[in-house]
Amino acid sequence: MVKLKKKQKKMLYRIIIAAALTIFFAVSSAVGLFKFDDPDMEKLFYFICYLVPYIIIGYDILIKAAKGIAHGQAMDENFLMAIATIGAMILGVTYTGDYDEAVAVMIFYQIGELFQSIAVDSSRQSIQKLMEIRPDSAFIEENGELVEVDPEEVQIGTVIVVRPGERIPIDGTIVDGTSSLNTSALTGESIPRDVIVGDEVLSGSINLSGVLKIQTSKEFGESTVSKILDMVENASSRKSESEAFITRFAKVYTPFVVASALLLSVVPTLLFFLADITLLDTEVEEWIYRALTFLVISCPCALVISIPLGFFAGLGGASREGILVKGSNYLEMLSDVETVVFDKTGTLTQGVFEVSDVVTNHIPRERLIELAAAAESSSPHPIAASLVRAHGADIDRSRVTDIEDVAGKGVIAKVDGISVAVGNKRLMEMLDLQFEEAPAHGTTVHVAVDGKYAGCITISDIIKPTSQQAMKDLKAAGIKKTVMLTGDQDSVAQKVAKEIGLDEVHSQLLPGDKLEHLEKIIKDTNGKVAFVGDGINDAPSLVRSDIGITMGAIGSDAAIEASDVVIMDDDPTKVATAMGISRKSMLIIHENIVFTLLIKFLFLGLSAVGIVNMWLAIIADVGVMIIAVLNSARALRYRKK
Amino acid sequence: MKKTYKIEVDCASCATKMEDAAKKTEGVKDATINFVMQKMSVEFEDGVDVNAVMKQVLKNCKKVESDCEIEI
Repeated sequence: MVKLKKKQKKMLYRIIIAAALTIFFAVSSAVGLFKFDDPDMEKLFYFICYLVPYIIIGYDILIKAAKGIAHGQAMDENFLMAIATIGAMILGVTYTGDYDEAVAVMIFYQIGELFQSIAVDSSRQSIQKLMEIRPDSAFIEENGELVEVDPEEVQIGTVIVVRPGERIPIDGTIVDGTSSLNTSALTGESIPRDVIVGDEVLSGSINLSGVLKIQTSKEFGESTVSKILDMVENASSRKSESEAFITRFAKVYTPFVVASALLLSVVPTLLFFLADITLLDTEVEEWIYRALTFLVISCPCALVISIPLGFFAGLGGASREGILVKGSNYLEMLSDVETVVFDKTGTLTQGVFEVSDVVTNHIPRERLIELAAAAESSSPHPIAASLVRAHGADIDRSRVTDIEDVAGKGVIAKVDGISVAVGNKRLMEMLDLQFEEAPAHGTTVHVAVDGKYAGCITISDIIKPTSQQAMKDLKAAGIKKTVMLTGDQDSVAQKVAKEIGLDEVHSQLLPGDKLEHLEKIIKDTNGKVAFVGDGINDAPSLVRSDIGITMGAIGSDAAIEASDVVIMDDDPTKVATAMGISRKSMLIIHENIVFTLLIKFLFLGLSAVGIVNMWLAIIADVGVMIIAVLNSARALRYRKK
Repeated sequence: MKKTYKIEVDCASCATKMEDAAKKTEGVKDATINFVMQKMSVEFEDGVDVNAVMKQVLKNCKKVESDCEIEI
């Protein structure tokens, strides 16, 4: 439950008192509690009676209206409400004899305003709770004692101390201590990450087990956690088309309604007094009453509040899923995406090379890998690392002697005194050995042991376990085409594409070619084109596409800068999730626009012909707003189908 | 230069009006209000006295919405 602010509480009391008084007077006049001999006296008595709750509930509106006139702001809703209710009071004296209507309109209007303010507070709170990762303090050690300081005042290079259970306030490198970190606020990943001295850590992670001393590498404002928060908080400053439309609409809507109200009252009045015609058998006072009813419906509040609230809730719902959307406009655009273009390495694949295939002649598989790994053990090449990983144990380097690097071909070395040659085709050709062509879907290293060809090991990038599901989700979300652009060789690209289920592949592309292909795709697509990359080397594509999405790029400022949507973890299925959230939010927003407009125009029409009185008009107006606001809040919750 | 201020405003259309009023203030290049976060970010023209401009912004905002507050 939301805690009411002082201002809101005061308004609540005003509403209760005014409503109680109004009901009391209405009942007393119905049962004739106060007896008057003169009916005019009775009228006057009740006029004064109703004036009390009217002033209680509406004094601020009347004051604001007066101020508005003084500042030349005639069209503001305070003024319109004031005119409508004062008009209703005067009609009460001269025509209807009811004053409760004017008071009721004010009461309902204030209920609407109060509700709106509570709703906004509550959604702000729920989103702030979501983003409650801003650390308030940092600790530094001074003379053996921990001193609490404002994280903004910590200079780069300072050593800060983070105890278990605390949040790391500033990005940096561990200089002392080991621990495991909960990075779920940053990556959505719930498995703790173990860290040791020398590891870089990002602010926003929670230190779970040990005391860490961290040398800061950034200022607080430049640290990951501040950047994320800034991004989420400022996201709704980038206005979407829907918001721009509503702002434009609101600007014409009120004048339109006011002008119609004027026509509705002036035309029949003129006809009656100048030409003695009674329009549609309706008295002049009735026309004026209808015009006042118009003014009651003149505020575009429901639209103006529910649209940004819907976007805000959508953005909040997305960040809850670990998806940061940089602006309402991007949230809107995500729902129009027709083609999704993926980068391969690091996006659909893990970007980590692993042994995927081993072909041996006479040596056991394990032995072949061990020998190859040993021979390569001193090489800095990533392939060497994958071989060592595949071997599964550290290699005693003293076993390896006589290492000879053959540039562009491979390595020849002695392992335990046995000669081992590891390298590409050309190395085998150089050694004049017969070798087998390996199934080419990765990088193949051939191995010769003791002067004889022993087999080959294929190393390839592994596909992320969720990549296939990601394509299915995208198709289910109505994406027409999925494309992969890669610099990798065609056979590798085709294999990956087939396994994952991509529609189109373009391989062996130079970085410049990627952009060219992307341009062509954008030209051939009617809807929006999203580009998904890992933020390394693909900044131009991220910028060029309608929506640039980066994955797992937290900590890389350049990638965050270039992209419009940042997926905090490495999971490609989040692309479809982002689109799902966007679609849901847009549906809610459109529902609100259509629903609100329909009801508004329906009630304008009905009140013009006198079917709807002021009571119903204000109840409908406030009701529409409440429904629209509640509907907007749904965008915060997204359930994956 | 760009600065963000905390504001207090109750209704969304009032926020729009405040935004317009702030934009029209001399020395302000651009202003946007994030109603839900209750924040106003103001981009100033080069070389203006930020505090003086903000005082004027507050004054102009008060004209259109007497209930509003800006924490300068």
